[in-house]
Amino acid sequence: MYTAARPIKLACRNVWKVYGRRPDYYFDSRGYVIDPDALAERLRAEAHLPAVVDASFEVATGEIFVIMGLSGSGKSTLVRCLSRLVEPSAGEILLDGRNLLAASGKELIELRRHAMGMVFQNFGLLPHLSVLDNVAFPLKIQGKPAKEREARAREMIALVGLEGREASFPHQLSGGQQQRVGIARSLAVGPELWFLDEPFSALDPLIRKQMQDEFLRLQRMLKKTIIFITHDIAEAFRLADRLAIMRAGKIVQIGRPADIVLNPADDYVAQFTEDMPLLRVITAGDIATPANGTALPERSVAADTSLEALIPQLASGVSAFTVPVAGDGPPAVLSAGAVLAVLEREQARRKSS
Amino acid sequence: MTAPAAIAPPAQRFAIAPALVPWCALAVLTAFCLLLKTELPWLVNFPKEWTLPLASYINAVTDVVVSVIQPGFRGLSALLDAPMRGARLALAWLPWPAVMLAVTALALKSSGERLAIFALATLAYILLAGYWPQSMNTLALVLLAVPISIVLGFLLGVLGYARPRWRPVLNGALDLMQTVPAFAYLIPLLLLFGFGPVVGLIASAVYATPPMVRNTMLGLDRVPATISEAGLMSGCTRRQQFWQVEVPTAAPQLLVGFNQTTMAALSMVIVAAIIGGFEDIGWEVLSSMRKAEFGQSILSGLVIALLAILIDRLTIGFAKAPETGPTRAMRWMTPRRLALSLATALALAVVIRLAAPDATLLPETGLRMQMGAVNQWLLGLVRDYAWSFNGVRNAVLYCLLLPMRVGISGAATPAMWGFSLPPSALAVYVGLVAALAALALRRFGWRAAVAVLAAGLVLYTGFLDLPWPVFILAVALLAGQVGGPRLGLFAMAGFGLILVNGLWPQLVQSLYLCTLAVLLCLLVGGALGVWAAHSERVSRALKPICDALQTMPQFVFLIPALMFFKVGEFTALIAIMLYAIVPPIRYVEHGLRHVRADVVEAVEQMGATPLQTLLQAKLPLALPVVMLGLNQTIMAALSMLAIAALVGTRDLGQAVYVALGKADAGMGLIAGLSIAFLAILADRLIQSAVARSAAASS
Repeated sequence: MYTAARPIKLACRNVWKVYGRRPDYYFDSRGYVIDPDALAERLRAEAHLPAVVDASFEVATGEIFVIMGLSGSGKSTLVRCLSRLVEPSAGEILLDGRNLLAASGKELIELRRHAMGMVFQNFGLLPHLSVLDNVAFPLKIQGKPAKEREARAREMIALVGLEGREASFPHQLSGGQQQRVGIARSLAVGPELWFLDEPFSALDPLIRKQMQDEFLRLQRMLKKTIIFITHDIAEAFRLADRLAIMRAGKIVQIGRPADIVLNPADDYVAQFTEDMPLLRVITAGDIATPANGTALPERSVAADTSLEALIPQLASGVSAFTVPVAGDGPPAVLSAGAVLAVLEREQARRKSS
Repeated sequence: MTAPAAIAPPAQRFAIAPALVPWCALAVLTAFCLLLKTELPWLVNFPKEWTLPLASYINAVTDVVVSVIQPGFRGLSALLDAPMRGARLALAWLPWPAVMLAVTALALKSSGERLAIFALATLAYILLAGYWPQSMNTLALVLLAVPISIVLGFLLGVLGYARPRWRPVLNGALDLMQTVPAFAYLIPLLLLFGFGPVVGLIASAVYATPPMVRNTMLGLDRVPATISEAGLMSGCTRRQQFWQVEVPTAAPQLLVGFNQTTMAALSMVIVAAIIGGFEDIGWEVLSSMRKAEFGQSILSGLVIALLAILIDRLTIGFAKAPETGPTRAMRWMTPRRLALSLATALALAVVIRLAAPDATLLPETGLRMQMGAVNQWLLGLVRDYAWSFNGVRNAVLYCLLLPMRVGISGAATPAMWGFSLPPSALAVYVGLVAALAALALRRFGWRAAVAVLAAGLVLYTGFLDLPWPVFILAVALLAGQVGGPRLGLFAMAGFGLILVNGLWPQLVQSLYLCTLAVLLCLLVGGALGVWAAHSERVSRALKPICDALQTMPQFVFLIPALMFFKVGEFTALIAIMLYAIVPPIRYVEHGLRHVRADVVEAVEQMGATPLQTLLQAKLPLALPVVMLGLNQTIMAALSMLAIAALVGTRDLGQAVYVALGKADAGMGLIAGLSIAFLAILADRLIQSAVARSAAASS
C-alpha cells in the first residue's frame, strides 16, 4: 500500500553480524551463494554467535517499520548495525542509495549529525546536563552558536510537551519525562531517519500507552522514516505500517500487520501472534476487494478503519461498504460476508488454542 | 541389568577425591619432617650458609645505577623544591583568620553547616593547641602531592581504559604500589633525591596515585552503554565523546578517586615524616612519642585525626550529594558566593599582612606548652595502673602470642606456663584433634578435616617450629587447588625467594602476628558486626567510630597502644587490630543486612529461632561479603605491619625499618616485596575462593 508509492529511504541487504574469535573468516569468499541457515548452523557449531543472520528489508520514506522479537533475537544488534554503532560482519546498507558501510569515520559523523536520530531504551541522557542542555547537546557538538541551539532546543522541548522543565536534571524527572527528553534530543537536528530502540519498554504500561499516542501524534506531524524496535507485540501491531519478526538473528517474516496475522509464515509466528485480535489488527482496506464495475454501496469507510469498529454498523443491517483506495485507483468494496469470515476465523483460533 | 547398579555404591564409598591425594602425601611428609627434626635441624631453621646474598647484589647494582642517574634526580628534586618552598611560604603567609574563612566557605559548599562548624572547631583546636605552623607544613606537602597523583593517576587510568591489553600490567603495578610498605621505597628514593622533604613528597605521590588510577578506570568502564551510544549518535568526534560524554558521566567516580587519593597522600605525608626535616605534624607525633611526652603526642595525634576527618568529609562532600538532597546552607552557598568568600579571604589576608607584615598572629603559648603536668599525670596513671595493663598484656602474651609462636609443645614448660604436659595429656590432645577432624569430615567433608588437622599441628609446634618445606608445600598446594596452578607456582616462588634471602624467621613472625591479629579482628569485629546488624542503636553508635578509625592515618594508632603497653609485640598487635578491625565490622553488618529478605522470611516462617536463622541462613548467604571483609582485614593488617615496626617487632616490617636505618636498599626492597607478596597472595587466594563458591552456587 505504501511501498509502491514512495521512494526507498533505507535498504538493508544480506546483513550479518557475527560475534566470535574470527568472524571475518566466514565472509571472505566472494561470489558464492551460501545458504544462510547452513552458515548460521556452522557458525554456532564453531563457537561463533550469529546475532544477525542475513537480514534484508527496505524501508520507504515516511514509513514506520517495526522490528519485533523476543530478547536475544538480535533486533537491537540489527538496529545498531543500521546506525553503525555496531559494525556489520557482512552485507550492504543503503541510505538514500549510498552505501553506509563504505562511509569513512568523518562521513559517518556528518551523517549522524544531520541525517539520523536515535532514542534509547534507557534514555541515555547525560546526567550532568539539564534538560535544555541535553536536548541542545547534538547541536553543541556541531559547534552551533549558543543562542541558536537554545532556541531550537526550546522548540523541541515544547514539541514533546515538557515546557517548564528546561532547568531540571535527568534524575529529577520520571521515566516518561526522561524519554520525552530523549525524543526531543533525537529530533533536535531534524533527522529524516529516526531509530527508536525499545523506547517505551522501560516505562509503566499506562505511561507506555500515552507515549505511543504521543509518538503517533508526532509522526503525523513530522513524517519521519522510522525504524522502531520492540519486544511488545501489541505495541508493534499498534504502531507499525509494516513489521519484521525476528527469531534467533533471522527475520522470519516481513509484512503489514494484517498479512502477518492472516498468513503467518510459520508456526512460530502463528504462535507469537495468536493473541492478537484479528478484528482489531485487520482494517477495511486489508480485505476490501475491487468493485469490478458493480454498483458501489452507499456507506463509505476509511481504509484504516479496524473491522471491530464496523461491527455495530453490520449489526444494524448494513451489508457492504465502499472503501476509497489511496492514490487514484477505483474504490474497493467490503462485504459483510468478508468481515464475518474473519470473525469466524477468529473464533476458530480461540477454540484451538 | 541391576547388578552393576548394586555394585556401584560401595565402590564410590571408598573412592578418594583426587584433590585429597596430595594432602595425604603432604601429611606423610609432615610426619617425616617432625620425626627427623632433631637429626636434621635444617628442616626447621633454614641454614644461613644456604642463603643467597641477593640484597647485596641489589645494593651493588643500585650503587652503580644511582651514581649514574643521581644528577638527573637531584635536578628534579631541586625543581620540586621550589614549589614546595612556595607552598609552604604561602600557607605560612596566610594569616589564620583568612584560612578559617576559606575552609568554612568550602565546608558550607561541600556538606552544609554541620561540617562548617566542625571545620571551625578543628581549626580553632589546632590554633589553640599550638600546632598551626606544623599543620600548615603538612598541608603544603599534601597540596603538592595531590595534584601530582591526580594528574598521573588520571592519565594512567585513561591508558588502562583505552588499552585493555595493558590492564594486567597496570593492575600488577598498582598492587605493588599499594602493598609495598613506603619505608621500603623510601631508601632508593633517599639515595636518588637526597635527604629532605622532597622524598616524602614523592613517596606520598607514589602511594596516592593508585586509588585515582583505579577510580578513573572504574568510572570510565561504568559509563552506561546507552549514554556513550547517545553521544556517538549525536555525532561526537572521539575527542568530544571523551571530554563531553565519558568524563562528565564518570565525574562522580573521579571525585571519589580524588577523595581517596587525598586521604592516601595525607596518610603517607605523615608516615614520611619519619625521615624528618620538614617540621610537620607527623614529626611532632613521632618526636613526642620518642620523648615519652604522651600529653603532646595525644594533642598532636588528635590534630592529625581531626585534619584527616575534615579533609575526608570536605572532599567526599563534593563527590556525593547527600541522599536527602542538598541542605539549605549548601544551596545558599552558590558557586558565585563561594568565589566571593574565597576572594574575601584572600583580601583579608592581604590587608592583615599589609597592616602587620611580620606578626605570626598565633597564640603565644599553645596548649602543648602546658602539658608538663598532664604528662606527669599520664605517666603516673600508667605507672599506678601498670599492674592492670601489664596483667592484660601478660595474659595475652602468655596465653595467645607465645603459644602461637612456639606452640603448645614449647609453651607448656615450667618457665612459661608453670607446668609441663605429661605424655597422657598429649595423647588427649592428639585424640581431641583427631575427633574434631573426624567430626569435620562427617559434617563438612575432607577439606574441613584437613584444615582442622593443620590447625592442630600448628597449635602444637607453633609457627616458629613448623618445618619450612611443609609450610611452603601446604600453602602452594592450597593456592594451586583454589586459584589454579599459576597461583600455586606464585606462592612457591614467593616463599622460596623469602627463604633464600634469609628472611624466613621474620616471615614467620609476621605470619603469626598477622594471623593472630586477623583472627582476633574477625572475632571481635564480626561479633560487633552481627550486633550492629540486629540493632539500629548499635549500628548508629558504631558508624562514627568506624568512620573515624578508617580515616585516621595509621600512625595515630601507635599512640594509645604505646602509651599503655610500652614497646613490644603486644603493643604492635593492639595497633594492628585498631587499624584492621573496621572491615569485619562493616562487611559483616552489610552482608547480614543485605541478605535476601525473601530467604530469611522463608526460614523464619519454617519456625527457625533467631540463632538458627543467623547461623543457618544469614551467615552462609552473607559469606561472600564477609570474605571480602576478611580480605580487607588482611590487607590492613599487613600494611600496618611496617608502621608497627616502630614499636618493636621482629617481623618483616622491622626488617624494612632496620634496612631504612642502615640505608640498605637491597634488604629494604626484598623485605618490602615480601610483605607485598603476602598481601597479593592472600588477596588472590580469597578472591578465587569467593569466585569458586559463586560459580558453584550459580
